[in-house]
Amino acid sequence: MKTDHTQPLEYSTEQNNLNILGFWIFLGAEIMLFGTLFASYFTLVDRTGGGPSGAEIFEITPVMFETFLLLTSSFTIGLGVHAMRLLNKKATLVFFGITLLLGLAFLGFEVFEFFTYVEEGAALQTSAFTSILLTTLGTHGAHVTFGLFWGIAIMMQIKQRGLTPETANKSFIFSLYWHFLDVVWIFIFSFVYLKGMM
Amino acid sequence: MDFFDRFAIPHPSPVIYAAMVAITLTVIAIVAGITYTKKWGYLWREWLTTVDHKRIGMMYLVSALLMLFRGGADAIMMRAQTALPENTLLDSQHYNEIFTTHGVVMIIFMAMAFIMALMNFVVPLQIGARDVAFPRLNALSFWLYFWGAMLFNISFVIGGSPDAGWTSYFPLAGNEFSQSVGTNYYMIAIQIAGLGTLITGINFIVTILKMRAPGMTLMKMPMFTWSALITNLIIAFAFPVLTVALAMGTMDRLFGTNFFTTTNGGMDMLWANLFWVWGHPEVYILILPAFGIYSEIIPTFARRNLYGYKSMVASIVLISVLSFVVWVHHFFTMGQGAMVNSIFSITTMAIAIPTGIKIFNWLFTLWKGKITITVPMLYSIGFIPIFTIGGVTGVMLGMSAADYQYHNTMFLVAHFHLVIIPGVVFAMLAGLTYWWPKMFGFMLNERIGKWAFWFISIGTCVAFFPMFISGLDGQARRMYTYSEATGFGIWNMLSFAGALMLAAGFVLIVYNIYYSTRYASRDISSDPWDARSLEWATHTPVPDYNFAITPQVDSSEAFWDSKKNGHTLYKGKYKEIHMPSNSGVPFIMSAIFFVFGFAMVFSIWILAIVALLGIFACLIHRSFEQDHGYHIPVEEIKETEETLGGAKQ
Repeated sequence: MKTDHTQPLEYSTEQNNLNILGFWIFLGAEIMLFGTLFASYFTLVDRTGGGPSGAEIFEITPVMFETFLLLTSSFTIGLGVHAMRLLNKKATLVFFGITLLLGLAFLGFEVFEFFTYVEEGAALQTSAFTSILLTTLGTHGAHVTFGLFWGIAIMMQIKQRGLTPETANKSFIFSLYWHFLDVVWIFIFSFVYLKGMM
Repeated sequence: MDFFDRFAIPHPSPVIYAAMVAITLTVIAIVAGITYTKKWGYLWREWLTTVDHKRIGMMYLVSALLMLFRGGADAIMMRAQTALPENTLLDSQHYNEIFTTHGVVMIIFMAMAFIMALMNFVVPLQIGARDVAFPRLNALSFWLYFWGAMLFNISFVIGGSPDAGWTSYFPLAGNEFSQSVGTNYYMIAIQIAGLGTLITGINFIVTILKMRAPGMTLMKMPMFTWSALITNLIIAFAFPVLTVALAMGTMDRLFGTNFFTTTNGGMDMLWANLFWVWGHPEVYILILPAFGIYSEIIPTFARRNLYGYKSMVASIVLISVLSFVVWVHHFFTMGQGAMVNSIFSITTMAIAIPTGIKIFNWLFTLWKGKITITVPMLYSIGFIPIFTIGGVTGVMLGMSAADYQYHNTMFLVAHFHLVIIPGVVFAMLAGLTYWWPKMFGFMLNERIGKWAFWFISIGTCVAFFPMFISGLDGQARRMYTYSEATGFGIWNMLSFAGALMLAAGFVLIVYNIYYSTRYASRDISSDPWDARSLEWATHTPVPDYNFAITPQVDSSEAFWDSKKNGHTLYKGKYKEIHMPSNSGVPFIMSAIFFVFGFAMVFSIWILAIVALLGIFACLIHRSFEQDHGYHIPVEEIKETEETLGGAKQ
């Protein structure tokens, strides 16, 4: 494998470049996936059947916590990638670890939020609105959950193998994924919660 | 025994029992055959674990041909049932299942697989690459498709086939009206295969954008590669919509959600919209590669370069954009206002413009060409008039006011078969015949091939032209029988005759493969058609590494230039070649997907969870695996090149 030392590690081989472009296209497909969910959400948002509406169940406090946690984790993974470019293995691991912990805390709040909804009579089966609400949030949450396991696997590899072109490539791609989930969350925060509470 | 009741067929018939026996016997025969000839090791090492795009292409090809016969058997049964008024060959339930599986199998498991077969084999060769960007993902794509197709195909012997039409409109496809597990199969099998398709989409976009031979700018790519690029872009942006729609449908059926129900706020039209937001681009996913194939074959056999290269590219791009903004024309009668219908009418008719440009470009390529009539050329020339008839009737259907007359009649069935058969099937058969020598090292017999062409093209006309008339007379599609007084009898009998001709044509194609395998000469050159693009510039059979030296390109027909205009394709010396290693993980992981899908279909949750953990175990294994592939040394390259008929440089 040829290594190009003028480039950052994650771009240094041919295959790494292919991986990164492929992942960007995958994110394009993910935009379509979440776009479809949002379009369905806007279609079904007022079809509450006999169940509650968004204004009746949304609470700003846990949502603010979730937003704060996820946005911060996007910042820390940025620091992680920066540390990786400086070839500082320890700092990279620390920042990735903080990122994953923040993600885990986010998930904790989200699970708590879901239990509250079900208690308040907004279960998955209640109405078209609750179905699409919980599916949209759940799809995002499932992505974060998947990200946690993926992130742990990458951290273990950095620990064992150090910062090589492969591990750097994986870390960088993971950071793209994590930032993307943050962007999706901003849309959820604005157009699901804030709009629903107004 | 309650547990096992769910696997029973809800509407059994002797045909289905016969099919069960036949399937069991075939499986036993295959397993016994492989064991007897001691081929398990060979099968595993050379095929099940391969990541070579050429072999994956061949496996797609075999699967597509098998699915063609599965879907074709459904078609013959449908035409036989409706050939006579008040026929009782099939009951209504069986008929519903057959038109559903015919549609799904032909579109998702036959046409898509056929396209993937040719794209996999040809595209990396046409751009002078060693393989695709992600060889292992490519294997995963194939096996996901394969196991998805297997899951769908066991439905008719275990639990019952889907019966809500290939469009599976809700509320018909909901639990209330489709109680058997059939529609679960539909939702989950297509989901699994669709995942494979999406991965292929990403893989080929990266391959084409990043791995072209030096000098091959975008506007110097062969037209088939152009059409593959645009097709894969459509795949990457259309398939996620299907993913979401199928997930919602699955949840409605398995978890009692209310997306498409008629109670608690559910909206059945949301399914129709999401389905066709994917479904219409899907039509162009099928047709654009076909256009690409014709654009390769027509210049080759007209001995002229393609007329209007730039306008060909522009029209593919325009079609791909328009394909996303016409979906409502599939349901003009289902409750939108006149305003919405008018807008979608206009966008629909606009597609005729770029398509027309392409038709004229092919005609101008033929104009004053030195035409040789070979089998691929026959299909290409036959395609133009039949496709135009299908296309023009599509414009009729696209006029929303008039559509109220045509909607849901046999007129529609005639229209889409007359675009899809000459558009996709003719192209695939043309492409198959054209690239066959590159794939297998011998040519298909021209004489049998021409007979097959005439059976298929005349059969297509005889089978589908009468449907225009019976449709305008009021025969609804998907109607399992009709009374003699309607007068539909004669037209349906004609269609049945046409269907038999088509079947005879396909049998001839299989016979041709058998005959040519046995008798055709193996002594052919690496360029038997005197063709123009890079896939013909390497040896036949193509070595593992495709090109010993990466070719240099400075026009869209680099190989032609190297033959006629003194262009040097291969500069430099042999260098060590890096190759990806084989892997069994894609096969195993996809087989676990099959188990997962089966468990979901029958709501066996524990098995589903175990399978899901298995899938994750495969992902983790892949993440931690260190695989740097292997290198082919210069000595070995030299040896291979010499045995294959001398160094190509």
